Amino acid sequence: MAKVFERPKALTDKPFHYCPGCAHGIVHRLVAEVIDELGVQDKTIGVAPVGCAVFAYDYFNCDMHEASHGRAPAVATGIKRVHPDKVVFTYQGDGDLASIGLAEITHAATRGENFTTIFINNAIYGMTGGQMAPTTLLDQVTTTSPYGRSAEREGYPIKMSEMLATLEGACYIARVSVHDIKNITKAKRAIKKAFEMQLEGKGFALVEVLSTCPTNWGMNPIEAFEWLEENMIPYYPLGTFKEVE
Amino acid sequence: MAKVIFDEERCKGCELCTTVCPKGIVVMAEERMNSKGYHPATVIDMDRCIGCAFCARICPDVVIEVEK
Repeated sequence: MAKVFERPKALTDKPFHYCPGCAHGIVHRLVAEVIDELGVQDKTIGVAPVGCAVFAYDYFNCDMHEASHGRAPAVATGIKRVHPDKVVFTYQGDGDLASIGLAEITHAATRGENFTTIFINNAIYGMTGGQMAPTTLLDQVTTTSPYGRSAEREGYPIKMSEMLATLEGACYIARVSVHDIKNITKAKRAIKKAFEMQLEGKGFALVEVLSTCPTNWGMNPIEAFEWLEENMIPYYPLGTFKEVE
Repeated sequence: MAKVIFDEERCKGCELCTTVCPKGIVVMAEERMNSKGYHPATVIDMDRCIGCAFCARICPDVVIEVEK
């Protein structure tokens, strides 16, 4: 019998520290599969964020660099400019990318830096205990919005993909989800496209992946995927927002 | 003829794999635990497995290998 599914080579053997059912693991695997399929493992350099995925440098079996909170795009800019022949990606959550790192991601995108960003949007701060994030939905209960997020008090959730797609330097911006098999397949296709854009030297590419945080959402993993589909996708529509030919 | 192999020590019992199996043969092994303290996922009737690897594709901990 032949292997039809096995652990990608671009992942180390180390077990993920993530909570049960956390979709970070799915996205890690998709990124690793894309690195394998493109045959670029020996020339890939990843930049890990601050947040739950801070230990991503232990999981990806390629060169990795840790960045301070939100600064992964600045670090990736430096790496890619010094090593233009390498494949560089950042892996960032919504607290990292859409809050403290908003300046870095926006300017990396508008400068058209030739690297790839994987942006995990689970509408909450995970590692620090479930506080409200810029991406937290209206009426969503978090530890810092105990009565639900209110537009009057906290403003509206930020739509990063739509915003970044307005920038000239961005070559590929897409939003995907991983709540079922069909969407996991689509997510992998988008991640692969984002890496291929970099290999073709087209500029900044970002894939926003709608994800879950069962622990801080207070749900089991199955309920969390249902909540994602029912609540996140209507506000954060899936699709490709920009693709340069 | 297909076979699913679970690295049970990696399983965190999230049960996502049990929701996607088109044959409904992926279940949690209620009679045993791994060293993390979770009931690991397992297959009850391997002869019915079609090797679609849906369970492996949704697993957040890369617990599952599939042969066909």
